[in-house]
Amino acid sequence: MATAVKQKSDVILQYLRPHKKMPSVWCAGCGNGIIMSAIIRAVDKLGYSKDEVVMVSGIGCSSRMPIYLDFNALHTTHGRALGFATGVKFARPDLKVIVITGDGDALAIGGNHFIHACRRNIDITTILINNAIYGMTGGQGSPATPSGAFSTTTPYGNVEKHFEPCELARAAGATYVGRTTVYHATQMEKMIAGGLAHSGFAFIEAISNCQTYFGRLNRKGDAVAMIKSFKENAVMLGKAKKMSEEELEGKIVIGTLYRTEKTEFCDEYQRVIDSLQGGK
Amino acid sequence: MAQKKRVLMLGNLACVHGAIYAGMRFYAGYPITPSTEIAEGCARELPRIGGRFIQMEDEIGSIAAVVGASIAGLKAMTATSGPGYSLMVENIGYAYMTETPCVIVNVQRGGPSTGLPTKVSQSDTMQARWGPHGDFTAITVAPSTISDTVSETIRAFNLAERFRTPVTVLLDEVMGHMREIITLPEPGEIEVLERVRPTCPPEEFVPFERTPNLVTPMPRYGDGYRYIVTGLTHDQMGFTTNKPEEITPKLDKLRNKIENYKEEIIKLRVEMMEDAEIAFVSYGSVSRTAFQAIDIARKAGVKVGGVQLYTIWPFPDKELAELCNRCNKVIVAELNMGQIVNEVRRVLPPDVSIHSLRRYDGEILTPMQLLEKLEEVL
Repeated sequence: MATAVKQKSDVILQYLRPHKKMPSVWCAGCGNGIIMSAIIRAVDKLGYSKDEVVMVSGIGCSSRMPIYLDFNALHTTHGRALGFATGVKFARPDLKVIVITGDGDALAIGGNHFIHACRRNIDITTILINNAIYGMTGGQGSPATPSGAFSTTTPYGNVEKHFEPCELARAAGATYVGRTTVYHATQMEKMIAGGLAHSGFAFIEAISNCQTYFGRLNRKGDAVAMIKSFKENAVMLGKAKKMSEEELEGKIVIGTLYRTEKTEFCDEYQRVIDSLQGGK
Repeated sequence: MAQKKRVLMLGNLACVHGAIYAGMRFYAGYPITPSTEIAEGCARELPRIGGRFIQMEDEIGSIAAVVGASIAGLKAMTATSGPGYSLMVENIGYAYMTETPCVIVNVQRGGPSTGLPTKVSQSDTMQARWGPHGDFTAITVAPSTISDTVSETIRAFNLAERFRTPVTVLLDEVMGHMREIITLPEPGEIEVLERVRPTCPPEEFVPFERTPNLVTPMPRYGDGYRYIVTGLTHDQMGFTTNKPEEITPKLDKLRNKIENYKEEIIKLRVEMMEDAEIAFVSYGSVSRTAFQAIDIARKAGVKVGGVQLYTIWPFPDKELAELCNRCNKVIVAELNMGQIVNEVRRVLPPDVSIHSLRRYDGEILTPMQLLEKLEEVL
């Protein structure tokens, strides 16, 4: 048992950026670390070299991740990660591009880039860490903050409706869509590996805990209590299909929600190049 | 020897031709008048030579993709007009901070806001210098003929690669939509610079090292140099920093890598300044009018000369002061409410009387208007 644990942490250490002074900016108990280690294990299992992986992010707590990992790191502007990632992937389709984003980054300021990256079906794996709040700026409401929930900018309860990121991704054209939580670390690892192996736009919503702001302002308890609530409220997709809408109220449906094969953007453009150059 | 190829070419397409000559293989953009023919030209030409064109969802995404592609290893460009440039400034600032070479073409139209989509203007001259927030030093070039548009676009790419920085090409509606017969440069006729890449082993690589000339070799993604690119203020290793002793040298690097090499960047056209008592200073399409007016005035015996700024930014402080040292009067002609005239005031001695000829009604300045102004100040 002890050996198994040691081996696991050895894998993680191999992928942390050398010389980076820890700790991270993340609060103790933050779910981001669980997601980061799931990404590492997925990349390790797929056998990608660190040189061929590019991790692109925008702004926010989640978006600090590329700085900690020993991949090619592109830490960009708020909401724009997918614009930059599109440039990287289209310029160098041989690279494996992972985008790390948050609910504010992807769904508010980056909403336009998000839906169009889905539509193009460009081969980018996007992991949206959804903690339902802006953490880095101190707990403001986001497009994923549930109606009625408290944040520093919804002090009387959120009067807005929230986005369902997975439904948005699917409707916009993503060809691999999954949802999981930081409690379900093994499922998350498999889902990320599946997204990376998938040719096309893969979208994974990773439900995470921000006990510092969302938890405190909404009396959800500490990190452990919040992660436990993910366990209690999660319903596997297969089971959820047999449940009524009322029964699913407040539940988190997890699993690979949608998967299809469609032509990938860079491949399709390469066909145009080949036909023009072949026609000479 | 075979005769060189002469073609009738649209300004915007001359820009595309120059960019491809310079090695541009990635274009991301969003349609906007009067720049759209650049996007259309790239969409047509790039896949034929193995390059890549993408129409993004907006200008913010366009410049983001350009910066991403450049960091990945391709020479990249976007083109737009004022309203689009306004949207791009966020990520142009990112390109300054991350020292990413790229070329941004602004085919200017009247502003502010949506302004005059089909009318000429030079009112984004200051935006090209000060668009993004924060301190940085900008490079901006402005051609005045269709032939110049080819060579200045090539020069913009060379400057971007040489200095690891975004470079703005300022065209305007007249430059973008005018056609002239030009001779296309043969391959090898104009020098094309390539990005300096690191040769050291990855473990010795310092991604933002303050090298003697302050330009750090830049790797491509995938070559084994796994470094951090961030818009946050960073140290030489690329790690984000709040340390005053790291912040100042980083910002100095952004400025001095350009300011210390201004003589490589400044390019002027100087006509009849040897004995000139009065000088026209102009740039872009207005220079066409200015040199015509100078010809006419010279024939009438007026000792007038002209300086055209091919390089607008960094501003040719020293060069302009030297060129105008015999002049007692300078007229700055521009299609805006007076942007470069203040720079001219800043660099010339106080005893030179400086006059501003401005037009901002969407029409060009005519030689007659320049001659009238000349008569008025004589």
